[in-house]
Amino acid sequence: MSKYKMNILVCGGTGCKSSASDLLAAALRTELAERGLSGEVQVVVTGCFGFCEQGPVVNVLPDNTFYIKVKPEDAVTIVSEHIIKGRKVQNLLYTDPATQTKVDGSGAIDFNKKQLRIALRNCGFIDPEKIEEAIARDGYAALARVLTESSPEEVIGIIKKSGLRGRGGGGFSTGLKWEITSTVEADQKYVVCNADEGDPGAFMDRSILEGDPHTVIEAMAINGYCTGADKGLVYIRAEYPLAIERLKTAINQAREYGLLGKDILGSGFNFDIELRYGAGAFVCGEETALIHSMEGNRGEPTFKPPFPSEEGYLGKPTNVNNVETYANIPPIILKGADWFSSIGTEKSKGTKVFALAGKVNNVGLVEVPMGTTLREVIFEIGGGIKDGKKFKSVQTGGPSGGCLTEKHLDIPIDYDNLIASGSMMGSGGMIVMDEDDCMVSVAKYYLDFTVEESCGKCSPCRIGNKRLHEILDEITKGNGKPDDLDRLRNLSEVIKDTSLCGLGQSSPNPVLSTLEHFHDEYMAHVVDFKCPAGQCRDLMIYTIDAANCVGCTACARVCPVGAIAGERKEVHSIDQTICIKCGACLEKCKFNAVLVS
Amino acid sequence: MADVQQIINDATKVYGKERKALMPILQAVVKEKNYLDDQDMISIAKALDLSAAEVFGTASFYTFLDTVPRGKFVIRVCKTISCHMAGKDAIIQAIEQLLKIKIGETTVDKQFTLLTANCLGWCHKGPVMLINDEVFPELTSQKAVEIITKYRGE
Repeated sequence: MSKYKMNILVCGGTGCKSSASDLLAAALRTELAERGLSGEVQVVVTGCFGFCEQGPVVNVLPDNTFYIKVKPEDAVTIVSEHIIKGRKVQNLLYTDPATQTKVDGSGAIDFNKKQLRIALRNCGFIDPEKIEEAIARDGYAALARVLTESSPEEVIGIIKKSGLRGRGGGGFSTGLKWEITSTVEADQKYVVCNADEGDPGAFMDRSILEGDPHTVIEAMAINGYCTGADKGLVYIRAEYPLAIERLKTAINQAREYGLLGKDILGSGFNFDIELRYGAGAFVCGEETALIHSMEGNRGEPTFKPPFPSEEGYLGKPTNVNNVETYANIPPIILKGADWFSSIGTEKSKGTKVFALAGKVNNVGLVEVPMGTTLREVIFEIGGGIKDGKKFKSVQTGGPSGGCLTEKHLDIPIDYDNLIASGSMMGSGGMIVMDEDDCMVSVAKYYLDFTVEESCGKCSPCRIGNKRLHEILDEITKGNGKPDDLDRLRNLSEVIKDTSLCGLGQSSPNPVLSTLEHFHDEYMAHVVDFKCPAGQCRDLMIYTIDAANCVGCTACARVCPVGAIAGERKEVHSIDQTICIKCGACLEKCKFNAVLVS
Repeated sequence: MADVQQIINDATKVYGKERKALMPILQAVVKEKNYLDDQDMISIAKALDLSAAEVFGTASFYTFLDTVPRGKFVIRVCKTISCHMAGKDAIIQAIEQLLKIKIGETTVDKQFTLLTANCLGWCHKGPVMLINDEVFPELTSQKAVEIITKYRGE
């Protein structure tokens, strides 16, 4: 990138692409060409910057000016003002929500200030479709160092010492996993990358594969060298077409450069990677299920042991790690185990990528050191709750995790603290909820997911979760009883204790955590038959406020079941026995005369 | 109509005839034809020397390997909690009204099938839908209708 005086980085993550970042990049190039600047200023389409809420995002280097919500028609202004005259385009700068001042450097924005990017280090800085750019930012340097300077044992020692734990949810020591795979004797071993990301609310693996696919390829090759495997497989979900394309391109480029294939860098080490596609089954994120799926079987998990490290794909020792875990490997090799273990908490080292979504101002990917508090993530980086509403809960860990509340906001986030609070790290999805969200409905939502995604092999998960879902459904419909809460709790414990795999063992967590932290809300549903958040439609009562009703008949005309009666210019009324609580009258009324309670 | 036998023959050349070739072959057929019928699964079973029941057992496990007829364009609207919070119900309603079908149904002209999907990984840009291989994030009812209308013309 160095021969150009300036670089304009345009985010080409799919989020920004959907907001016309392609057109923007083209407009910038056209404008530069017209001004005769094509030789001096380069437009680079990069992977995701992570600041998706404000996309399309543009970063001008070397002065590191960060523009947000840039439209193709802004290209003229950016070139004529910033590039030619050196004046920053004020109206495209980010406004700090706290101080209401314009912020220009990307590092000064709250969203970026608290972050430490290790796994996401290249996302947003390189063009993921050009291996040269990855190499310019130390891509494949760790592989080269390992192949020329270190023995497999030394590398495994570094990974073990770094304290890196699996980022896909399990949190098992990565170094130990590598060591087990390396010590089992076999004529063939495999390296697998689990890219079957499926947790609701998680999209970091997609972003890494779209923004920096080479880091995953490099780390898999390093793992192959350490464990004695010459074949790598990436199991990627079919729902991620752009990630698949980028990964294919990256693998081909790595082959052309001799970084995959036979005798890599003259070391005598052979390694190549193939892609395998998922077909819409969440449970395949579980490693034994994933392996069965690659073998051409139903993606059902099996009991561990034997662990895949001993007996995996086609019965051979197989090292399975997730995308984000792999993305941490090259920096650890280059900067050392001590550097990595100096970041984070006592038992959780390094950083974790969280996917912020839901009712928070800045949605997107956030990478912070382990030990950062939820408050820092949600309120400082995330910019607080949308529309000035009140924070109610944050769901972490997807369907295996739980809902945390206000009182958990200051707990340092790491694997152990989250489990102690009744949730888990999972893959790092964080869905923020505000006062308008009903926690019974939230629990029901996750159970709906589990019921659909349960593979059906073991009965506690197949039948138990279905029953949990039914009970929750009845509660939200106003048919719940107080002792339903005990039934929920007991059944949840049974499912946790007796399910075969991680999916079933953790599926009741959303129920248990909401029961514990939002007991009053459950009680309101089963005793008073009221939904405090106003989400459960069947518990709503629609009435007409005589003081505000002008008798315009709009509500009566829109009511699909004819439950509203009243003459023109007279106060209307709703027949509760007919009302189906669809809310159409509320939406239609212009006089705030429809009341909901 | 796609020549399924030809697809199977081509796929076995690339992936071999072992059991592990089953998923890629099933996926190759679905890519061309959007679903697998009984005859397709029998042909695949023959090619790989498996029982047809085993092929069906595997195919029917996966949401994306449909064993009932699907339209030329399969629309999958993400129904996960973050997309729900972002208003996916309105999107589904708009599509249902436009295509005159409900979730799980296919239009009479066999052009569109409407389905829901669990998390598509677009939680920051919801609501989102997938039409065959293409992702459409940040939907509004109007945007969804425009996109599908465009497909209709194809």
